Amino acid sequence: MAEPTPPRAADQPQEGGRLLRVAAHPSSLRAIRAHLRAEAEAMGASAEWIADLVLAVDEACQNIIRHGYRCADPDAPPREDCVIVVETAVLPAGPAPAAGQALVVRLTDFAAPVDAAKIRARDLDDLRPGGLGVHFIRSLTDDCAWVPPPPGAGNVLRLVKRLTAAPGAGEGEET
Amino acid sequence: MTVEVKDVDGTHVIALSGEIDLQTSPQVRAAILESLGRGVPVVVDMSDTAYIDSSGVASLVEGYQSARGKGLAFALAAVSEAPMRVLKLARLDKIFVIYPDVDSALRAGG
Repeated sequence: MAEPTPPRAADQPQEGGRLLRVAAHPSSLRAIRAHLRAEAEAMGASAEWIADLVLAVDEACQNIIRHGYRCADPDAPPREDCVIVVETAVLPAGPAPAAGQALVVRLTDFAAPVDAAKIRARDLDDLRPGGLGVHFIRSLTDDCAWVPPPPGAGNVLRLVKRLTAAPGAGEGEET
Repeated sequence: MTVEVKDVDGTHVIALSGEIDLQTSPQVRAAILESLGRGVPVVVDMSDTAYIDSSGVASLVEGYQSARGKGLAFALAAVSEAPMRVLKLARLDKIFVIYPDVDSALRAGG
């Protein structure tokens, strides 16, 4: 039986942004990072800001690959039915003082719906391998939340990272 | 990403070059645990590590814990700026033994 094809609704930019559609597979993370770096560089963000954004989104995509689709084996071939749609959009600067430009990243998957109440960062004093991804995502973004997915999609995680507006200036300056 | 293991007077210097992520961290984990499994102390050279994510950090934590369990030295050396920011974010810069360069780590016995 043919695998279901994700609906086109999820392939339409929701916030006027650009789309990258990749297999939910560890080998896709490099391309996702390159895409995000290019988008953030076009905003004029600093190297640190870009590094933070890239890590946060990489971690969120990892969670989709590992926990949503369970496709984390690098040696297994990518599956056609396991897809992540990465949408990036730049929000214009708002009124001062804290509303500079922001990059919004929406990650759409077609896995089972996430129970957000069960997602939590681990205690950093509990030294063990793993469990840092949620801490990184929350620490490095200004906002992260699941929003209602379009028909046929499983989840949409919306991440927002802002540039801080310079005092008295309309142009954004990165933090 | 490349993982290069060199024996320097009984210590394995494991050089990690490039980006460590979910695709490549299994190689890092395997190299570290193999050396420690042979009873050899390890220095991880991160001078050419451009990027590390939580899966890469997990490999380092696993190495650290394995070394402690075996009574072996395990240290990081020459951690470049971007990975160091990630280690600090996880507060692991206070846990790992970190040297400014590989020679310092080797002089200190790993």
